[in-house]
Amino acid sequence: MSHSNAKASRPGFLRNALRHPGSLLLSAVTHLGALITVLVLGFLLAYILINGIPNLKPELFSPVYTSENQSMLPAIINTCTMTLVSLLLAVPFGVGSSIYLVEYAPKGSKLVGLVRVTTETLSGIPSIVYGLFGMLFFNNALHLGYSILSGALTLAIMILPLIMRTTEEALLCVPDMYREGSFGLGAGRLRTVMCIVLPTAVPGILSGVILAIGRIVGETAALMYTSGTVVKVAGLMDSGITLSVHMYRQASESLYTEQAYATSVVLLLLVLLINFCSNKLARMITKGR
Amino acid sequence: MNNGVQQGGRARSHAFREKAMGFVFLAAALMSILCVALICIFLFANGMPAIMEIGPLQFLLGKTWRPGNDIYGIFPMIVGSIYVTGGALILGVPVALLTAIYLAFFCPEKIYRIVKPAVELLAGIPSVVYGFFGIVVLVPMVRTLSEPFDGKGNSILTASILLAIMILPTIIGVVEPALRAVPRSYYEGALALGATHERSVFTAVVPAATSGVLAGIVLGIGRAMGETMAVIMVAGNQPRMPKGIFQGIRTLTGNIVIEMGYAAGLHREALIATGVVLFLFILLMNLAFSLLKGRRRDA
Repeated sequence: MSHSNAKASRPGFLRNALRHPGSLLLSAVTHLGALITVLVLGFLLAYILINGIPNLKPELFSPVYTSENQSMLPAIINTCTMTLVSLLLAVPFGVGSSIYLVEYAPKGSKLVGLVRVTTETLSGIPSIVYGLFGMLFFNNALHLGYSILSGALTLAIMILPLIMRTTEEALLCVPDMYREGSFGLGAGRLRTVMCIVLPTAVPGILSGVILAIGRIVGETAALMYTSGTVVKVAGLMDSGITLSVHMYRQASESLYTEQAYATSVVLLLLVLLINFCSNKLARMITKGR
Repeated sequence: MNNGVQQGGRARSHAFREKAMGFVFLAAALMSILCVALICIFLFANGMPAIMEIGPLQFLLGKTWRPGNDIYGIFPMIVGSIYVTGGALILGVPVALLTAIYLAFFCPEKIYRIVKPAVELLAGIPSVVYGFFGIVVLVPMVRTLSEPFDGKGNSILTASILLAIMILPTIIGVVEPALRAVPRSYYEGALALGATHERSVFTAVVPAATSGVLAGIVLGIGRAMGETMAVIMVAGNQPRMPKGIFQGIRTLTGNIVIEMGYAAGLHREALIATGVVLFLFILLMNLAFSLLKGRRRDA
């Protein structure tokens, strides 16, 4: 798969390097570039974890939020609600849409092209534009006001392309043999999709869902003017802050740097966990094949 | 007889269910089209009147943004977005390309298993955490750096450095597969002509992946332009024309977030219009990206 068989000529490495100083330079520069990327990530992680973990005090998780004690528990609970509602809204549409594209749509249909273009458009729109749209459409036009629901609806649109792409890839990975076998046994298209194709594609779909959770947890700009910034445990129709928005307020007010450190540690740990899970799933899929 | 009717009924209900679910899936597929249409309609319907009222040229090229006096010119913000994005590209693209080349051609399997997830992790870190990192690390750093030039910590340079880090995974994610998609015969041909491994990679494989590389850069531009929270945390956000890289700046995205909280009337509509300008720009970038990607598929 990779072209890296340069190591084969190890013994003559030094001689070769001296004979081709230009190549040595290219190799050095390439390694340097990769090193910078890794070092930047390592430094960022180490800096925030080392400075942040001592600030993780138990009172930051107390059920009551006051301006003295910036408890993040309400924000964590709201983040969970937000994630759950957004996924409930987006996953059925995303999966259904991919099923249509892969299993039902006639080859070369204009509609499929249009869906592809719009999906790519959606995935490129910046989150602040989603935030504006959510505010104009869900908050104002549909009179939902600042609420978890309008935030979740906004995020559902935002993660739709992500779920569609991963589901589509997962469905395309299911061998045609499975479908043919199912048709051969007399099952209809619906039964084939629901009982044979979809279960096989579940790990792929799940890894998409996990990526989507990562985006929801990290989102700020799309939520500030849709679900708002009220710090309390919110119901579906109330305004409630999520962890990232909470973190933004702490960091930008400069009064709460220590608490912001603690919040960023929690966010980073969540992201690490999410990435770990999606990698595990991805490895499961490649092994299963 | 009875049995036959029952079976016919079951078959009919079966066919009905098949058809109905087909329509359900079709409806789901139409969802993304509906969303894009709604986003366009609502943004334009709410933003265009303000642009017309202010005057399109006045709005786009006016150098003063003073909502208190009803003066709305977003040119400083457009320039700000371009400067910050340009800076991020200058700093980020070389590193991203080299990392992608390393991952595709230089990386031993063992290291790949560490570096690749690291790059993916970089993509998953929330922008507020990047912004916070910018506040506590980059801003003081740039402040010391800029002291001889009478500059500030919250500046174009700080925002550029931060954005450069943030677009790394975006660019690497597009470029690495593009490099791997180049047929192996290019590489082997160069080797057979006596070129070293490095020379083969840089002179035969990389040029063949140009459109993939460009697609990655365009995607990076879109990401940098659209980034909001991290930028407003480090850029200073003064809505005036920048006078140097050590001075503060406000971007289009920042303009919306900072003032939307208290804006009303024409001011609010002008902010939505700012969003429209940003949206149009991103659409343009998307178009460029899919054209470049399409060209790669044809090749």
